[in-house]
Order: sequence, then C-alpha cells, then structure tokens
Amino acid sequence: MSLENRVSEIIVNKLGVKPEEVKPEADFQTDLGADSLDLVELMMDFEDSFGLKITDEEASELRTVGDVIGFLEKKDLEA
Amino acid sequence: MTESLGVNDTFPRGGRRLSDPAVNAVTGELVGRKAYLVGTGHCVPDRVLTNKDLEQIVDTSDEWITTRTGIKERRITNDQTSTSDLAIVAVEEALEMAGWGPKDVDCMIVATVTPDYIFPSTAAIVSDKLGMNNIPAYDFEAGCSGFIYGLIQAKCFIGSGMLDRVVVLGAECLTKITNWEDRTTCVLFGDGAGAAAIGPEGPGGELGGWHWGSDGSLGDLLELPAGGSRKPASKETVKANEHTLRMKGNETFKYAVRAMRDSCLKALDMDGTPKSEVDLLVPHQANYRIIDATARALELRPEQVYVNIDKYGNTSAASIPMALDEAVRKGEVTPPKNVVLAAFGAGLTWAGMLLKWKEEEGL
Repeated sequence: MSLENRVSEIIVNKLGVKPEEVKPEADFQTDLGADSLDLVELMMDFEDSFGLKITDEEASELRTVGDVIGFLEKKDLEA
Repeated sequence: MTESLGVNDTFPRGGRRLSDPAVNAVTGELVGRKAYLVGTGHCVPDRVLTNKDLEQIVDTSDEWITTRTGIKERRITNDQTSTSDLAIVAVEEALEMAGWGPKDVDCMIVATVTPDYIFPSTAAIVSDKLGMNNIPAYDFEAGCSGFIYGLIQAKCFIGSGMLDRVVVLGAECLTKITNWEDRTTCVLFGDGAGAAAIGPEGPGGELGGWHWGSDGSLGDLLELPAGGSRKPASKETVKANEHTLRMKGNETFKYAVRAMRDSCLKALDMDGTPKSEVDLLVPHQANYRIIDATARALELRPEQVYVNIDKYGNTSAASIPMALDEAVRKGEVTPPKNVVLAAFGAGLTWAGMLLKWKEEEGL
C-alpha cells in the first residue's frame, strides 16, 4: 500500500470520514471535523503505524492531509 | 495462632493477633497468602458545580467541556472541609461493608496529592479520628495512580503475612489546588474520597496480577510548581499562582492512552488471564476519551466499562475507589467477575491491577 493510502486509511478510521473527503488540501479541523484531541489521537495512530515519534511542535505544523504526507515522506528520507 | 509472631503481646490491640501466615511445610518459609478486597466506601461533598456554573467563571462552554472530557458536573468542598473529612466517611462505609470495627484495622495508607497538610499525614488524622489503635498510618503520592499503588502495597503486606487488615484510600480535594483562571484545567477536577478494606480472607475480590511504573522525565507534564523544597512558598510564588496545578493537556493525553492500555494488558498478562475474560473495566476517570481508548484496546463493550466522570470529573487518586464502590453497590460486581483497574497520573506514574471475584465470593 502506498504511503498516501496508508495515511488515508488511518484518517478514515479515526475521524469517520469518507475516503473521497481525504484530499491533500483537506484541513483536519475545518474540513474533516477533528477537534484538538482527535488530532492528538490521529498523531498517535501515525506514530504507531509508521514507527516514529511526532513531537508536539511538529504536530502543530501538520494541519492538512498533504502536510502529513509531506512530513512522513521527509521522515522516510531521513531514515 | 502463631506464638512466635508475638509482637502484639507487647502492644495488645483488643486482644486480637495476626492470623497464621501460610508456612511451607518443608522449608518452614512463609508462603504468600492471597489478599481480598472485602469492603468499599466513598464520599463526595454535597455542593455541585456544573459546566453551566463554570461558564460564569471562565471562558468555556458546556459543549466544549462535554465533547472533550465527558464531564457534566463535579463536586466541590467548602472552606471548612478538607481531604480527611471526606476520607473518614469513605473509611466508615468500607469498614461497615467489611464487617470490621476501627480497632480491627492493622494499617491505613492514603494516596493523595492534596493532603490536609504536608505533615502530619492525612492517614494519621483519619486513623485517630476513627479511634484506630495507634496503627501504622501514612500518606504517599503517586498522582492519579495512587490507589492502585496502594492496593499493590496492601497485597505485599498481607501476602507476606506481616499484616492482616489494611485500609487503602484515595482521597483528594483537587479544587483546592485548581487555578480558576486557567480554562484548560479548571474544568477537569473535582473532590472526593474512596476507600477499600483489604484482608487475607474472602469472600471478596482477590487482588490478582498487577503492573506499576513511572517516568520522571515526563514530570513537567503535570505538576504543582511551588510549595516544595525546590521552590518554597513565597510572596512571589503566590503572586505567580504557582501553588495551583499545571498540565500540558495534549501531551498528557497521549501518554495516558498508552499507559492505561499497557498497564491493563501487563496486569492481565502477569495474572495469566486473557483480555477476553475481563468482565468490567474500572478506569481512572480523567477523560472519557482516554477511557474509551482503553476500553477499545481491551475490546470491551461500553456496558463493560464503569464511567462516572460525568458526575465527578477527575478526582485523581480517589476516582477508582469511588467508581469501584459505586459499581459494587449497584450490583455490577456480582460474582463471578474479573474487574480490571487502570490508572496514570502525575510523575508520570501508571498502574493496573486485576481483581477476581470468584463464584460465591461476592461482597
């Protein structure tokens, strides 16, 4: 499964949104209805699935689906 | 009776002596006895503070508090009431259920982050007011995990044969250390006390597998900055409101979810009981969404989780014994039942324990 698909699946499961809503430009809070704790849980799911640590500082920059994909791609390169 | 354990002959307490600890017939060594929870009790102050009331104090809303925490109201003590006042009533209830008198108790330990004083201990105050006979009584602090830490201590005391009857308390007046100007924390906490009577004989809930731990590197997530030896009370600390609780909510949430899940699973693993045999989860009541995540990790249905956070908010070390007492008195612990307890708190600390009520061993 591609990185995009894995990210999308996690978001769909956590936020209960439709897969077609999970576009790169979709903002977790304004478009996908997440509140602050949903975001924390979402970051935890990314951490668990991709085996990395996302600091609070990094998490605060991850506002959209595309932000997360970009962040994970960069992490992948670093590793 | 074992004549060699004659300590009580020097300080007789109502003529009662320790019952026989189990002895290995070959080696003569003491063998661990089982410990049972045989009584519970709790007490909360009468005054209710609702989310609507809080809307008048800070910039918040019932909807915000409810969706993020599950809390609808909490109990709050008045200026004349302190932690020991709530604790006394909780102990009286637990002793009554256990069928013990105050002089039957061998030791009392109180988990609290809001003792009456830094010293003397709340435990000493409570044991004196209840007329217990100069028993060992002390406070200890493990944040919201304190009550389970206390159960583990009681299991050690009873299991080793050192003591027979131990009362474990979680008792708090968190609204006395709440910063009423901080809308992210002042909505979360409430006051209350819960007690459990632990003895070497059932019927009752056997104290089973457990897990406990801490990570001091995460201490700054949840702290009371001043009033200790690092930063003693001064005019400046009072002015800076440093005698009230601070919490980094999002990060604490993250560790809490993982600590609660792992504590449950490790306690079950130590006991050799699969998670499919858990009947009821009585979790620390910090946040409904943490409770929900823990329940999902154990694959429990909503009716298998005891939740009263809507009525009391987070009462720290008191929340588990309060919830356990409610569950017992509502008949939700009719045997046979496997009840798992789980908590995390300031330190950070975490703990879990399995209580096993076998057939015909109900309270």
